[in-house]
Amino acid sequence: MAKLFAVTIVVIAILSAIPIVMNYWGPPEDISTHGHGIDEQLKDTMWEAGISFLASQLILAAFIWQYSGRAKGAQLKTFPGGAKGLVVAAFVLVGTEILALGVIGQKAWAAVYFAPPNANAMTIQAQAGQFAFYFRYPGPDGKFGTPHADKIDEGNQNFFGLDPENDVDARDDIVSGELAVPVNKPISMLMHSKDVGHSFYVRELRLQQDFVPGLDLTVHFTATKVGKYEIVCTQLCGLGHYNMKAYLNVLSQDDFDKWMKDKASQ
Amino acid sequence: MATTLPPTITTPEKLPTYAGGGNGIGRLPGGELRALADRPPEPARTGIWVALAGIAMMFAALTSALVVRHGSGNDWQNILIPRILYWNTAVLILSSVTLEVARRRVAGYIRREGVRRAQAMQWLLVTLALGLAFVAGQYLAWLQLRAEGLYLPTNPNSSFFYVLTGLHVIHVIGGLGGLLRVMYLLSSPVPVLRKSTMDATSYYWHFMGVLWVYLLLLVCFAL
Amino acid sequence: MSEAAVHHGPPQTFLRKYVFSVDHKVIGLQYYGLALVAVFIGMVLSWLMRFHLVWPNAAIPGLQLLSKNGAPSGVMTPEYYLSLLTMHGTLMVFFVLTNAPFAAFGNYFLPIQIGAEDMAFPRFNMMSFWTTMLAFVVLISAFFVPDGPPISGWTAYAPLSAVGKDAGPGLDMGQNLWGLSIAIFCVASLLGSLNFIATTLDLRAKGMTLMRMPLCTWAWFITACISLLAFAVLLPACLLLVLDRVAGTSFFIPAGLQISDHMQPHSGGSPLLWQHLFWFFGHPEVYIAILPAMGIVSHILINSMRKPLLSYKVVIGSMMTIGFLSYMVWGHHMFLSGMNPFSALVFSFPTLVITIPATILTLIWLGSLYGSRLQITSASLFALGFISMFVSGGVSGFFLAQPSIDIYLHATYFVVGHFHLVMGVAAIFGVFAGTYFWFPKMTGHMMNETLGKVHFWLSFVGAYCIFMPFHYLGLAGNVRRYSSFVDDFLQPLLPVHKFITISAFIMGAAQLIFLFNLAYSRFWGPKAPDNPWDCTSLEWTMPSPPPWNNFGDVHPVVYHDPYQYGVEGAKDDFIMQTSPEQVKTMVR
Repeated sequence: MAKLFAVTIVVIAILSAIPIVMNYWGPPEDISTHGHGIDEQLKDTMWEAGISFLASQLILAAFIWQYSGRAKGAQLKTFPGGAKGLVVAAFVLVGTEILALGVIGQKAWAAVYFAPPNANAMTIQAQAGQFAFYFRYPGPDGKFGTPHADKIDEGNQNFFGLDPENDVDARDDIVSGELAVPVNKPISMLMHSKDVGHSFYVRELRLQQDFVPGLDLTVHFTATKVGKYEIVCTQLCGLGHYNMKAYLNVLSQDDFDKWMKDKASQ
Repeated sequence: MATTLPPTITTPEKLPTYAGGGNGIGRLPGGELRALADRPPEPARTGIWVALAGIAMMFAALTSALVVRHGSGNDWQNILIPRILYWNTAVLILSSVTLEVARRRVAGYIRREGVRRAQAMQWLLVTLALGLAFVAGQYLAWLQLRAEGLYLPTNPNSSFFYVLTGLHVIHVIGGLGGLLRVMYLLSSPVPVLRKSTMDATSYYWHFMGVLWVYLLLLVCFAL
Repeated sequence: MSEAAVHHGPPQTFLRKYVFSVDHKVIGLQYYGLALVAVFIGMVLSWLMRFHLVWPNAAIPGLQLLSKNGAPSGVMTPEYYLSLLTMHGTLMVFFVLTNAPFAAFGNYFLPIQIGAEDMAFPRFNMMSFWTTMLAFVVLISAFFVPDGPPISGWTAYAPLSAVGKDAGPGLDMGQNLWGLSIAIFCVASLLGSLNFIATTLDLRAKGMTLMRMPLCTWAWFITACISLLAFAVLLPACLLLVLDRVAGTSFFIPAGLQISDHMQPHSGGSPLLWQHLFWFFGHPEVYIAILPAMGIVSHILINSMRKPLLSYKVVIGSMMTIGFLSYMVWGHHMFLSGMNPFSALVFSFPTLVITIPATILTLIWLGSLYGSRLQITSASLFALGFISMFVSGGVSGFFLAQPSIDIYLHATYFVVGHFHLVMGVAAIFGVFAGTYFWFPKMTGHMMNETLGKVHFWLSFVGAYCIFMPFHYLGLAGNVRRYSSFVDDFLQPLLPVHKFITISAFIMGAAQLIFLFNLAYSRFWGPKAPDNPWDCTSLEWTMPSPPPWNNFGDVHPVVYHDPYQYGVEGAKDDFIMQTSPEQVKTMVR
């Protein structure tokens, strides 16, 4: 039984590693400017984790195989180096990993959160509410109208609670259910929640950020490839959470201009 | 690497000294085994410190909540502290003094140092009365706030005021229960009140006083 | 013998013996029974969830009986899925993982292993159990209110959990009951920790120094210390949440929220405050779940290897370090929460550092296996399985500890796979190991070893089949807490979900073998000797089951640490803690 157990551990460990090595189900292609840092981290961590995982399981299996079923008088032995050696090994191994991955890996985080805002970034406002995302563009005047939570009227498509009659800036605001952006253009997205906590997640952008009620946050990204990508909500927000999504539509500059003109005329 | 040494087992004539990894806690001069049984441990003493640690942690959490809440909204509106709180503080501190006197009398009674039980009981009764006065005083403070239109949900300051004082007074009432229990045990014809029980109850009560002073300062300066 | 412990006479009535008992052994069994009921309910809930994920439109016969609104004609609604998810998490984390390894086994064996007659405060102990039971009843009653259980997850993030029924079904009475139940649970837990700490410090028998306590006793002690401070934070958090819900306060709810066409009458509160308070408790909580299992597994492993671990002190030091560090890492649940991004880096560092003591423990376990004389039993199989599961679950933590990677993996099935492997499998394996090991002592009967091994095999392979694929799903970006998978990118992943669901049913069925073994062996299992495993700690010096007053009039005196194995030349290869024999170790 012990030897069978040892073999099982090895088989399971190898079988577990195969989908990773063969990349059966992995992250989609990265279409962002900061994503390669994250992907590098992921790859490096996978190497480290994979080796630790396989080594530990193999050693466990080997020792179970080797040291079970021994006769009563069999010689008991101490692992060479004893506890002290292993403690040192732990510090060295994990310490190096922490330094390499954790400390050096801060760059990828900094690229997302500490990068200075780009001067010619386009500002778009995203609003999350139960259970849809809406996006607002400032329009030709370049200014956002003031949103009023108490004026939100979804039945009449006034998702942001704008007051165009009294608010000049609001009149040319463009509201859309899809997030259209020009390719290779830096975007500055203001995030606002209408009701409870939500989150903005685009896998291909390697971007995820919670919407926090009462806290208006900004994320920055640049999409580098034309296409349609799913935006999904990842913060449990109620019964429609599973269905709360929108599309990121990355367009060429021309197509985007056309899109804007289209929306403005509606 | 590994060699087998012939095993050595000795069955000594007398009780052996420590074998294996002892850290010497409670090691007596002759190296004899720690005689835990000779000096019976008093779990009530350890227990009360553990309980106080938990209670302190709870109020620490509420303090952090207060700090964060202060910064999160722009609706912080300082409230005027009802003056009766200062009287209540004095009453509670006085009750700690009287309880300390009671505790020493009880100790003297238990150790049969000639203290009459009634002497100890009197001071306990005074403490109890002062404790009840504190509770009543806190209630009056609440009434005063209500009279000013400050209820639990009115603003974050009033919310924290009621929560902090409310939780504190609940624990004080628990302390009153402990006092009653001590008095009940003391009044029994057969001596059943242990010194450790009396001490633990006292430490709890004193802690309620210390905690109250902390909360008062917090309320005065932050709310 | 400690005079200060409350002496209680032998229980006379049925109620005193089996219901309102102050005997720590009965209380331990009561906790175990409660955990068993909770895990069974939690497991059924997980079956319902897994079934719905793969066959969302299929009717589950009978489900409409549990909830008319939640499952009309047996087809689960999205909100009911979330209700079941919330209850699954709440039951499992609180009533199973805090109860079974810690309250159940700890209550039963801590006093015995240190040579005490009972816990320091037996009546508080009884209150602690019945308070837990009250919390359980209050929680379960959420199933039976019209709107059902809350849908905000076991993490109950505000404002979803705080604003009331405008935000969705179950968020009215259900959420109130949840908040009340957890608050009651906190009180029970605090009482329990009080007992564990006072007992360990004060009621040790003659010769039982701290450095001679079994490793499981140390684990229970350290867990009690962590638990004391953690639950003391969750209690006021739940109180503030309930006040926001019923008293109109705004601790967690900011201004300007429009939900279901109603402007919410709150302002100024901070949703992040709830997250900070909750996770300040929540992270130590997961170590509360795993530490006792580490202690139990260490104890059983040593006994099964017939050889002590490479260093007793290093193991204790590592467990203490984990306990200490567990208070510094809570922000790693909040990397993307909107808190200052600099904080993310601050929290990431201790999260990575906690890998060090965890690695030390794993290396010590593995290194101690070297040169041992390993005996294979159901208990030791689960103990060894624990090591495998702990490694698997721990390794995925290293990804999540890095904020940049967390940007991609947060709220995906990767996280779910991580915590299920460490808590839902490893910790549970610790409980299984403890059960097979101590069942003879607790009941006087042996469990059936064949059934035990079948249970092990199905559970070990089954658990990997269920939870390893979660990591692949996570790497593909499969978001968690979805009641159905409607997004385009999720469609190719459905076959993986099907594989997981079927594995879950098989592994679930295997647990019925365990239940049967428990029940059958309790009455008809072969009679257990006093020391079937040739183990050295104090519980094995007593009859099986132990008498009501443990050691009776014979007060134990302890001469050794509990890991005197590998003693050749003696009648057996081990020396009991109570034996005055002096030995030199045979391990070279």
